[in-house]
Amino acid sequence: MSLALQTDSKGRLRHFLTVEGLPRSLLTEILDNAERFTGVGERAVKKVPLLRGKTVINLFFEPSTRTRTTFDLAAKRLSADVMNISIETSSAKKGESLADTLRNLEAMHTDMFVVRHQSSGAPFYIAQQVGPEVSVINGGDGRHSHPTQAMLDAFTIRRVKGGFDGLSVAIVGDIAHSRVARSEIHALRTLGVSDLRAVGPRTLVPTGIEAMGATPYYDMEEGIRGCDVIVMLRLQQERMDSALLPSAHEYFQLYGLTQQRLKLAKRDVTVMHPGPINRGIEIESAVADGSQSVILQQVTHGIAVRMAVMAMCMGNQAEAGE
Amino acid sequence: MNIRISNGRLVDPANRLDDTQDLFISNGRIVAIGRAPRGFAAQRVIDAGGCLVTPGFVDIATHLREPGQEHKGTIASETAAAVASGFTTVCCPPNTQPIIDTPAVVELIHHRAQQANSARVVPLGALTQGLAGKVLSEMAALKGMGCVGVSNAREPVTDTNVLRRAMEYATTLDLTVHIQPRDAWLGRGGCMHESPLSTRLGLPSIPAAAEAMEVARVLMLCEATGTKVHFGRISSGRALSLITEARQRGARVTADTGIAYLLMTADDIGTFDPAYHVQPPFRGEEDRTALRQGHKRGDVDALCSDHQPHNRDAKAAPFESTEPGISMLDTFVDAVEGGRARHRRPAPGRGFCHLCAGTNTWP
Repeated sequence: MSLALQTDSKGRLRHFLTVEGLPRSLLTEILDNAERFTGVGERAVKKVPLLRGKTVINLFFEPSTRTRTTFDLAAKRLSADVMNISIETSSAKKGESLADTLRNLEAMHTDMFVVRHQSSGAPFYIAQQVGPEVSVINGGDGRHSHPTQAMLDAFTIRRVKGGFDGLSVAIVGDIAHSRVARSEIHALRTLGVSDLRAVGPRTLVPTGIEAMGATPYYDMEEGIRGCDVIVMLRLQQERMDSALLPSAHEYFQLYGLTQQRLKLAKRDVTVMHPGPINRGIEIESAVADGSQSVILQQVTHGIAVRMAVMAMCMGNQAEAGE
Repeated sequence: MNIRISNGRLVDPANRLDDTQDLFISNGRIVAIGRAPRGFAAQRVIDAGGCLVTPGFVDIATHLREPGQEHKGTIASETAAAVASGFTTVCCPPNTQPIIDTPAVVELIHHRAQQANSARVVPLGALTQGLAGKVLSEMAALKGMGCVGVSNAREPVTDTNVLRRAMEYATTLDLTVHIQPRDAWLGRGGCMHESPLSTRLGLPSIPAAAEAMEVARVLMLCEATGTKVHFGRISSGRALSLITEARQRGARVTADTGIAYLLMTADDIGTFDPAYHVQPPFRGEEDRTALRQGHKRGDVDALCSDHQPHNRDAKAAPFESTEPGISMLDTFVDAVEGGRARHRRPAPGRGFCHLCAGTNTWP
């Protein structure tokens, strides 16, 4: 069903709601297109005309800096007209239903919605509501999915490691509440990562994670031993308030990524983090800013990957750079 | 007045009957089945070809939505749906607005039911005032007005001492306490069964233990106080086995489940389909199998509709934000029959025996 809703009759991307169920060829196509778009940002005139005359609305029901900004930039570099609407300024606070908000924005002849919402599944609901000419891109829904983040992480891994086969990847931290982790598991499994580990305390590694293709590790040292890539997840303060963890201090003691621990991984290990990072809570500054960290490259890659997904959804998988 | 109902599929679990036969009624009483009594002249003949002819079904959990949520349903609309589906008596839980914790609300419901003049409505009264779990409701007054039992609906009485006293007081008045078991904390805020699918969908989840734990707590008090307890909408095999064990030890307990729990599992949610958002949540295949077997053995004493009509908007939102519950009266008979066909139940008509008074086991 995910696949049916997301692709057209020719198997081309129509919405981008989740990585789950998409074939490896389509994910590779996203990465290949993103590769071509990376050049755009490095030129004097950082624009291609693929989405000229198209209207893109970034509809964010949850705060975001990185994701919203990079979607904004991606759309602008594709020459689209972009509008940013966030919860603080929207009428959702005045009691308007999600469906009504959407109908109103659609009535303004919007071509694409980038949606971030606190409820898992909200972009699916939206994709079912909009007309056939409108695309929906998931900018993160609840704990469910954050497909562009997963793709930009995959893009970063491919650039650094050259591919996915034979890699060991550890995702560390609050898997239970992380849409990034879920999407990343689907993406990396589909792209060929065979050893995928979900590392964290039992309160933060959800039941049934094996069914998604990740092996749970409850010990940090075992979890990152021999890994090629370590993806650290952000730990939120509210996890301490909801009895999932005793303190940030103890979390760092058990699961914080330190230079000492990093030695357990492969010598050329790559350290990633979707941001925003909590220095001294999930990751030591020396590691975050160290030579093996690609955290800032991830942000840069986010623009190219989002350009690729937007262009593909709009049916313009044309060559970048003309 | 003599009436002949002909050509219908006559189902009467009490008499182990499931056959195409005619029914003869004289002055409101059934006088014969199959062949007309001597001298019977029908003033009216009803052709029931293609229809079921059954005793009036009794539903132990029908949310009528009135008073308080008339935009979802009214006593008139839902009792009409009930009789159209074969239910002649429906029992409504006390979580209306206002809550059924005063005789005035019971009176209002009776009044509306009389006006509607279709199914008989028997309300459950609140176990505690406002369902707040603090102060006992005036159960004698509620019983006096016709409440057939008391319940705190979906609100757990968290203070175990209050729960004990409420159960003792209800027992004083020979009232059955209806419990919809749910732990107050475990799975709070959840909207689906805790399972690999809830992990996959990233939806807040409710473990099956949340039900079994509350059943265990109530059973402890039930066995200590001798209270008659009816557990409603059991969704998990573990909870059902706790109830069955307690009954074998002599506790005065019964249990029902919603027909939908015999048919659906959490996996039916698929990609966030809010039609399957219910409380308690549909659980796994093992639980569904356990409930079916319990139903077959008679450990499940009754099936109910757990009918919860909604306005369209209640289900038009992302899954988590939708309201739980589904409308079930109108599809009940199809569900029983469809379920029977799909799972090859041995005895014909068996599905209906749990809907008719006094026939909760099929020999």
